[in-house]
Amino acid sequence: MEEIFERVKSIIVDRLGVEEGEVTMDASIKDDLGADSLDIMDLVLELETEFKMEISDEQAEKISTVGDVVNFIKSNQ
Amino acid sequence: MKRRVVVTGVGVLSPIGNDRETFWNRLIRGESGIGPVTRFDPSNFPTQIAGEVKDFDPLDYMERKEARRMDRFVQFAVAATKMALQDAALDMEKEDPNRVGVYIGSGIGGLATWEEQHKVLLNKGPRRVSPFFIPMMIANMAAGQVSIMTGAKGPTSAAISACATGTHSIGDAFKIIQRGDADVMIAGGAEATITPMAFAGFCAARAMSTRNEEPQKASRPFDKERDGFVMGEGAGVLILESLEHAEKRGASIIAELAGYGMSSDAHHLTAPAPEGEGACRAMQQAMKDAGLSPEEIDYINAHGTSTDLNDKFETMAIKNAFGEHAQRLAVSSNKSMIGHLLGAAGGVEAIATALTVKTGMIPPTINLETPDPECDLDYVPNQARESKVRAALSNSLGFGGHNATLLFKSYEGV
Repeated sequence: MEEIFERVKSIIVDRLGVEEGEVTMDASIKDDLGADSLDIMDLVLELETEFKMEISDEQAEKISTVGDVVNFIKSNQ
Repeated sequence: MKRRVVVTGVGVLSPIGNDRETFWNRLIRGESGIGPVTRFDPSNFPTQIAGEVKDFDPLDYMERKEARRMDRFVQFAVAATKMALQDAALDMEKEDPNRVGVYIGSGIGGLATWEEQHKVLLNKGPRRVSPFFIPMMIANMAAGQVSIMTGAKGPTSAAISACATGTHSIGDAFKIIQRGDADVMIAGGAEATITPMAFAGFCAARAMSTRNEEPQKASRPFDKERDGFVMGEGAGVLILESLEHAEKRGASIIAELAGYGMSSDAHHLTAPAPEGEGACRAMQQAMKDAGLSPEEIDYINAHGTSTDLNDKFETMAIKNAFGEHAQRLAVSSNKSMIGHLLGAAGGVEAIATALTVKTGMIPPTINLETPDPECDLDYVPNQARESKVRAALSNSLGFGGHNATLLFKSYEGV
C-alpha cells in the first residue's frame, strides 16, 4: 500500500508540478492538485504504464482523490 | 490619418544568442551560429548541420508543468515574449487586456511532438497517444500560449505562410493597430524543426546545403559557391504599439513600423517566380503603404536564403523595384550567420532590421567570397558597416509563393 502510494505520488509530482507534501491520500486531484481534464487523461496514461493495467473512462471518472487512485490500483492489480 | 505604429521592445532566441544584446553584438561581429546537428543523430542524412539554439532552459521562463505541455517552438515563443515585454518595460497589469493582442505564427508547428507521438501510435497503439498531442502540435499554439501567459485578450491569431510567416504575423499585427482594433500587439514567429522528418523532407527536395565539413561556411547567400539553405531554429517577438500609446506611457522607441506589403507568385510550389516578380511587388507595396519612394530606402534585410534561385531572383526583384537606386542600397542577409529560421525568420530579421535603423549599424553578409555575376548588389560583404539608415525593408519569401515585406523607419521623437 505504502509502496503504491509512493509510486503514485512521484507520477503526480512529475506530471502536475506540485510539491510532494501536497500529495496526501485525501487530496482531491482536481481541486487540491489543480489537474484539468487533459492532466487527468495524461495521468491515467502514466498510471496504466507504471502499473501495467487498463483504466477505463468509466473507472477514471469515479476517481477523485489520491486515495481513490491508490485503492483502485490495489484492488485491480 | 492612419495611426502610427512603433516597436518598443524585442525578444529573441537564435543560433547566435538568446537575448537581444548577445544576438545583436554577434550579428554585427559577423559570427556564424551554424554547427553539427546535435538534436538528433543526423548520420544517415545528406545534410548534418544546422543553426541550433544553444543552452535554452525553458524553466528559466516557465513552470515545469507548463513547459511539459509545450512543443519547443511554443517554449521559444513564450520565452521571447517574456524578454520582449521586459525590453519594452510593458507591465500587463497596467494595460487594458482587451486592447492587447498576439500574432505569432509558426511555419510548420510542433513537428518534434508529431514525430514522437506518431512513434507511440505505431508502436503502442492509439490509446497511448498523449492527450496533449494536438494542443502541443498545432501551429497556432505559440499565439495561444502567449495569450494565456500574458493575459492578452485582444485580437489574437497566427499566420502560417512557410518562410514568410514571421513577416506576415508582424505585418498583420501592424494593420490591426493601425486600424484601431488594438493598442499593443505581441507579434513575431517561432520555429523548432531540427527534426528527422523536416531534414528528410528538405533533403529530398534538395533544398539544404550539404557543406557538412565546413558548417560555418555553409550558409553563403549571394556567393557563387552557395549550395542551399541551412536550417536554423528560434523565435523573434516584437512589441508593437500605437505611437500614442507608447508616448503616453513614456516608452523608449526602437523604430517606427511604417509599411507592409504582401503578394503571391501564383507560380510554383517551391520555386520563386522568374525575376522575383512577386517579391518585387511586395517591396513596392510596402513602400507605397508607407508613402516612401525607393530613393528614401537605405537598406534591405534580404530573404537571402543561400539557395541558387532565391538569391538570383531576389536580386532581380530589388533591381526591378528600385531601378538605379538598387546600386546605392545596402543589402544583407542575416541567414549567412543564423541560417534559415523558417517561420521565425521574419520575426528575428525584423528585430535585426529595427535595430539597424535605430543604431545605424548594418550587419554583414558573411561567407561572401566568390562573387556571382548574377548577384551584383552591395551585400555588405563580411564586415558590418556604420551608415545612417533612414528607412529599411525586411523581406520574407515563402514556399507556396508567399511574399511579404515590412518597412521600418527611423523614429526621432518629434
